[in-house]
Amino acid sequence: MENQDESKPLDAMRKLHAHSAVARAAATTGEAVEQVVQSTVEGRSLWQEAWRRLRRNRAAMVSLFVFAAIVLFAVLMPLLSPWDYYTPQWTALNLPPGLASGHWLGTDGLGRDLLVRVAWGCRISLMVGVVASLVSLVIGVLWGTVAGYAGGLIDTVMMRIVDILYSVPFIPFVIVLLVVFGRELILIFVAIGAVSWLDIARIVRGQTLALKHREFIDAARASGVRTPGILFRHLIPNLLGIVVIYVTLTIPTLILFEAFLSFLGLGVQPPMTSLGALVSDGASDLQAYPYLLIVPSLFLAAIIYSMNYIGDGLRDALDPKDR
Amino acid sequence: MSNALLSVRDLRVQFDLGRDGWFGARRVLHAVGGVSFELARGETLGIVGESGCGKSSLARAILRLTPASGGQISFQGEDLLRLDAEAMRQRRRALQPIFQDPLASLNPRMTVGEIIGEPLRAFFSSTMPRDERRQRVLAMMQRVGLLPNQINRYAHEFSGGQAQRIGIARALVLEPELVVCDEPVSALDVSIKSQIINLLQDLQEEMGLSLLFVAHDLAAVRHISHRVMVLYLGRVMELADRDALYRAPQHPYTRALIAAIPDPDPRRARAHPAKPLGGEPPSPVTPPSGCVFRTRCPHARARCTEEVPALRSVGGSQVACHFAEELTAD
Amino acid sequence: MTSEALIEVRSLDIEFTTPDGLVRAGTGLDLDIHAGEFVGIVGESGSGKSQLLLALLGLNAKNGRLRGSIRYRGTELVGAGKNELGRIRGDRISMIFQDPMTALNPHLRIGRQLTEGLQRHRKTTAAAARARAVEMLRAVHLTEPERRLDQYPHELSGGMRQRVMIAMALICEPELILADEPTTALDVTVQAQILELLQELRQRFGTAVVMVTHDLGVVAQIADRVAVMYGGRIVERGDVDDIFYRSRHPYTEGLRRAIPRLGEDRAARLATIPGNPPNLAQLPRGCPFAPRCAYHMPRCDAEMPTLETVAGTHRKACFYDGPLADAPEVLA
Repeated sequence: MENQDESKPLDAMRKLHAHSAVARAAATTGEAVEQVVQSTVEGRSLWQEAWRRLRRNRAAMVSLFVFAAIVLFAVLMPLLSPWDYYTPQWTALNLPPGLASGHWLGTDGLGRDLLVRVAWGCRISLMVGVVASLVSLVIGVLWGTVAGYAGGLIDTVMMRIVDILYSVPFIPFVIVLLVVFGRELILIFVAIGAVSWLDIARIVRGQTLALKHREFIDAARASGVRTPGILFRHLIPNLLGIVVIYVTLTIPTLILFEAFLSFLGLGVQPPMTSLGALVSDGASDLQAYPYLLIVPSLFLAAIIYSMNYIGDGLRDALDPKDR
Repeated sequence: MSNALLSVRDLRVQFDLGRDGWFGARRVLHAVGGVSFELARGETLGIVGESGCGKSSLARAILRLTPASGGQISFQGEDLLRLDAEAMRQRRRALQPIFQDPLASLNPRMTVGEIIGEPLRAFFSSTMPRDERRQRVLAMMQRVGLLPNQINRYAHEFSGGQAQRIGIARALVLEPELVVCDEPVSALDVSIKSQIINLLQDLQEEMGLSLLFVAHDLAAVRHISHRVMVLYLGRVMELADRDALYRAPQHPYTRALIAAIPDPDPRRARAHPAKPLGGEPPSPVTPPSGCVFRTRCPHARARCTEEVPALRSVGGSQVACHFAEELTAD
Repeated sequence: MTSEALIEVRSLDIEFTTPDGLVRAGTGLDLDIHAGEFVGIVGESGSGKSQLLLALLGLNAKNGRLRGSIRYRGTELVGAGKNELGRIRGDRISMIFQDPMTALNPHLRIGRQLTEGLQRHRKTTAAAARARAVEMLRAVHLTEPERRLDQYPHELSGGMRQRVMIAMALICEPELILADEPTTALDVTVQAQILELLQELRQRFGTAVVMVTHDLGVVAQIADRVAVMYGGRIVERGDVDDIFYRSRHPYTEGLRRAIPRLGEDRAARLATIPGNPPNLAQLPRGCPFAPRCAYHMPRCDAEMPTLETVAGTHRKACFYDGPLADAPEVLA
């Protein structure tokens, strides 16, 4: 469609350009220019500069390292261990941590290896945090930019919908969802994602309103860039800094939220587990087997601390002026 | 008049400021109050006025970045104000802007190559091979005095003058007919200003461009303009050939503007200290009756309060003043 | 010229530690300011001119460091304590900023802001301070001064706000006013009013003024003496006629020629200085202007010329000694 529309004027343009100063310059200097370009200076994008600043932030770099180690542990541990997370072992109930039994962190009341169960718990908790954040990120960014850029009635209607969803009480909503559709893992993602995109949509809309009157957006419009191009090539890349900061600070909240649901018994269902579920189980046997509570709690705390420090570091790296 | 590239008729731009309280009167800011002019191919028209005179609103309305509330903008024989969005987009190929703040007008997340290539991408994304686009961008970069090896750098790595060269390259890469420059040198240092003015003038001659050149002082447009239009509070005060305007300004406001330019010669400045115009521009929300300049005009009389002076020919210039002949005779 | 200097700046360095490295906003600055005179400091953005002004009151940002000496009537200001500087600031030396809207507190009435300094430094009664404020607003030719006292800054126009700033600066009858581009944000006709006002007030109160500007035209109108800055250094200084008629530095000369003049031909090209201003974080070893200079010599890249006497008080920092006037016009 676009092709057909443009083909005729384009031919005319091509002919025009054949005689134009720029085209001539392009033809004659083409080779020379190409040679110079071999030695092109690579510019440093704002992301690269931010990364450079982030690397100097010791707390953020330690956190990044801790977080990466936890992710590796969560991914590899279940593959390497001879045990799985669900088969009960009636001969090895409630073993204390130790190297002798082969269960380094001990076993739970059903004889399942705690190390493997914690690794699985990390997997699920991280997945909830990351997947739910990504889902809310995509919906929130699109919703916010469209509302902010379109303005007027569209903006009013879209943001009113957000307001209405905000006012839905969340816990009863999740309980109804889980009662009606059964306790599926995927529903937890849906439930958390459905609520957390609202914040991102609001933040992104605010940023879009501020950006939309910047001169480079006008310049893009005046250059003939269509609306989708303005949204995806000009607005959104400039919003991402704020959004990335927000998301890294949201992931721990979402992980805690899942832990809270699991603690209430609304989260993942046994034998599958999450850090929240492990903490919940461990809490019931606190006096006899404290390690069942302490170990998953430490992992949960480590994930949340490191994400918070990474988020803080990113904020300083991306907005150096705000310090 | 048939060879005019751009013909603006009675253009009006208003901003609704809402009501004064819940039941108060609606407050409307008349940024541009009926401006008409024509621009020939290859011509440069300087548009000059102080803050609040509507010069930027006029430029943005012509680019259709700010909605006009009335009038006509006839470009290449078509009224831009009647075009739908896609038809207007097609016209933008021949109608490009250069902005005041060179850094703010460049997308901070894009490389120089992407910024200059963006208009090509917008119009020829599927019909022009990537390689040819790149060649065009490189040729344009050379033309405006940027080094080809800077193509992958980002805008924030450039100084103001260099950034404005990027903005000029982006505006010219489509080889437009008309370039609307909104204070393109106001934010630049003295030693850079003249570089950019010379560059624009060279490119204009080479590419046969027409320019609308908006500025807040007469010294900046003096060099590049063929004709100059002086705006005050959204109205045209004077429209004249450059030489006529500077040698024999007809309107009292034009004279005041010329007199206010600091003379870079200390002896002359000591001998003839500048006599500044008194007062300050009135609010465009509640403009004075009659002639809008009368509240600051040293020659204002009763008639100026009652009757809006029409733009009329006086000694080869177009002037909006009841007493232009008398005043020039002095 | 008055014998005793009000302010003596001697080999002053102004440096900032930033994530991008050391930014040298001022290097080896030497400047005297005498009672009652009007000094213009001219330079482009990034020449360090505003930082020099701020340094005189110890107002540079926290990551800044001063080395060298600034003496106010014999009192050393570099390294002086908060109390010492606080006694001088606003009382003996006051400041006018470029953008009066950001320099005035939007939530306080004009009257309160005007009298604040007076009450702190002079301990006058509220009524006396108010009377004095009205007197000052009248001195800067603001209409209806009594009513203005009860208005907020946003109710005034840009020119009126700058008049209020000037009244604030004058209210304690300082010996010196520092003005940082006081007319840059204003329209040309209003700029002319403010310059006339500054001139008038200087004659009436005998206050010395140091004004930083990028506009040589403004300096020609109003200054007695001029210092030209480039790349954090004073490259030439002297009285206004030295700079405008007997300039001996290629940068000053280039700057002067680059000003568009009324009544020139359209066909003629504007004189320019090629290249771009230096980055204060990456200054060359030699003269900062050398890369753009038409009189460039090998020696200029190796060492920085010091300020040397041309005649009288006229100083220049340039190795080139030949005439500048009949040199070919530098074109871009």
